[in-house]
Amino acid sequence: MPRIQIDIAGRLDHLAILDENGWLDKTLEPEIPPELLIKLHRIMLLSRRFDERLLNLQRQGRIGTFGPIKGQEAAQLGAVALLRDSDWMVPCFREMAAMLWRGTPLEGVILTYGGFNEGGRIPDNQNDLPIAIPVASQLLHAVGLAWAIKYRQKDDIAMVFFGDGATSEGDFHEALNFAGVFQAPVIFVCQNNQWAISIPRSKQTRAKTLAQKAFAYGVPGIQVDGNDILAVYTAAKEAVDRARQGGGPTMIECITYRMMMHTTADDPRRYRTEEEVEKWAKRDPLSRFQKYLTVKGLLVPEKIDVLEKEVETEIQEAVNRAEKQMKNLTDPLHMFEHHFADMPVNVLDQQQELAQELAEQKEEQSNG
Amino acid sequence: MAKMTMVQAINTALRQEMEKDDRVIVLGEDVGRDGGVFRVTDGLIDEFGEQRVVDTPLAESGIVGTSIGMAVYGLRPVCEIQFSGFSYYNFHQIESHAARLRWRSQGRYSVPMVLRAPYGAGVRALEHHSESKEAFYAHIPGLKMVIPSSPRTARALLLSAIRDPDPVIFFESKALYRAFREEVPEEEETIPLGTSQVVQEGKDLTMVAYGAMMRPTLEAAALLKDRDGIDAEVIDLLTIAPLDDELFTQSVRKTGRALVIHEAHRSFGPGAEIVARIMEKSFFYLEAPVARVTGFDIIVPLFSRENSYLPTVTRILTAAHKTLDT
Repeated sequence: MPRIQIDIAGRLDHLAILDENGWLDKTLEPEIPPELLIKLHRIMLLSRRFDERLLNLQRQGRIGTFGPIKGQEAAQLGAVALLRDSDWMVPCFREMAAMLWRGTPLEGVILTYGGFNEGGRIPDNQNDLPIAIPVASQLLHAVGLAWAIKYRQKDDIAMVFFGDGATSEGDFHEALNFAGVFQAPVIFVCQNNQWAISIPRSKQTRAKTLAQKAFAYGVPGIQVDGNDILAVYTAAKEAVDRARQGGGPTMIECITYRMMMHTTADDPRRYRTEEEVEKWAKRDPLSRFQKYLTVKGLLVPEKIDVLEKEVETEIQEAVNRAEKQMKNLTDPLHMFEHHFADMPVNVLDQQQELAQELAEQKEEQSNG
Repeated sequence: MAKMTMVQAINTALRQEMEKDDRVIVLGEDVGRDGGVFRVTDGLIDEFGEQRVVDTPLAESGIVGTSIGMAVYGLRPVCEIQFSGFSYYNFHQIESHAARLRWRSQGRYSVPMVLRAPYGAGVRALEHHSESKEAFYAHIPGLKMVIPSSPRTARALLLSAIRDPDPVIFFESKALYRAFREEVPEEEETIPLGTSQVVQEGKDLTMVAYGAMMRPTLEAAALLKDRDGIDAEVIDLLTIAPLDDELFTQSVRKTGRALVIHEAHRSFGPGAEIVARIMEKSFFYLEAPVARVTGFDIIVPLFSRENSYLPTVTRILTAAHKTLDT
């Protein structure tokens, strides 16, 4: 019996099209309609400024803990740009840019981080799941959605986001495996932002790349410069086209960087250097995209100023609306809602129990 | 009318609902070609094909996690976890997502799925094949926890579970799968989830049980009548959560004495909740402390000793007499 090499399928590419200096590989440049480029830039700018505003609100105690997205805008927007309204987007908890692209109102984000469940309500015409906090658990939901799409013989797809840390969780592997076995039309977008709280990518896995993990499940994988929106878009387009045509799942590893803390409750100075952060700041996806659009003649500095003012106003108006809403959403009895289609007797009893207690307190207060 | 085992009754429920509703999909380990290790899904793959009766990879979290996605999309997945003792792999998906997505999305999405799993001791199986951990699921807001006690209740409850707009954990007693046959009406029959049943009326003592424990409980009740002329009222919970306390409240107010029987561990088991409800609602009607006959607070022993772990007719009778003599 000979010992022969097994040819396992899987060519792994790293794709980069636009580098941090604005140098463009024209042979790889994707054809993106100008209006789509302009819209992508607007949402990228909006999500950057909104992220900064959320951090201010958190520091002022006006909202609670949240995970900033700064640095990861291209990795999100380049991917969701390919989705149709009828497709499904399944985020983890650091996909604010993707959510805004899909139609989540800014005040929904503020409400969620302001501690109100109402923020989790996805607009009715938007096929997205709410944020999922337990790492990697949402990948399986995307596979289930995609599997159901296939069962119904639709050409929609599901796209799911997760980080580098998620690739160590069992659910990541079960999701890739199920997607491979059932050829579900799902795109796995890994935002490898180098850090899972304080654990660097190098301690997450011995593997050279995360994308190669897809090969173990018979799923194509590709690694891209995640701060290069053109590279992300190109890889996502290949993956989405394949999925729509019945070619099954793809995993895209976006090499990016979490510029800020894991969440506002975290202090990254404990585990990483300023030099590293500065190095990645030079690779910023927003300024890189702006250079590209400027060279392309789609953007001029004056236009950026106008856009900056526009998004500032949009954000301010959303903050005003959200804070007004939060003032009106204080009824604690609402917390009993939405556990079941019909409220069970025990929950109803407990809701009434609290209602009674609150009424008595109110009466006592008014009686002085 | 046909006499069926519980395995056949569950198979019938799945078949009838799959015929009627193409949203219903059965998935799990060995549920297709093999028909399930207990043959509960026997023949379904021939009738409905591989798209609707799906042999999955061996991954419980994968089975439940993808079922959640399918349910959100609008399908009605009925997944089988081969043994409830392996459902800890998927517990996270149930607690963190199946039970919460309606709430998290504020009513935009729901997760109308059923997780079926064999539970309980008494079939001389290996470790991890004998536990009754229904309390884990009953404790979770947003979930329903159902345990039928017979072929007829299994068919009726499974239909209700599949049609329920929320996630349902459906435990099937391995010991009951082929223990006896019962008439299961041809025409469709459902039992609303969250409702218990009085299976025997009586005035002297209330006995509350469910699942596999209904048989020793009813046997004990018959002996109490024959030997001592005691009329026990026997209540089959059928749904553990949300718990229907109305019937046993009425019953205890009538009898003044109660006994709760389950094979789950005693501490923090379903009996603790039932006794608490009796305290809250019927304390002044009680003539004696409420008693519990349960599995012990130990890991279910390997099968040579499993019958000593399980509540027996003798243990139930002893507890009943103690309660009656107080």
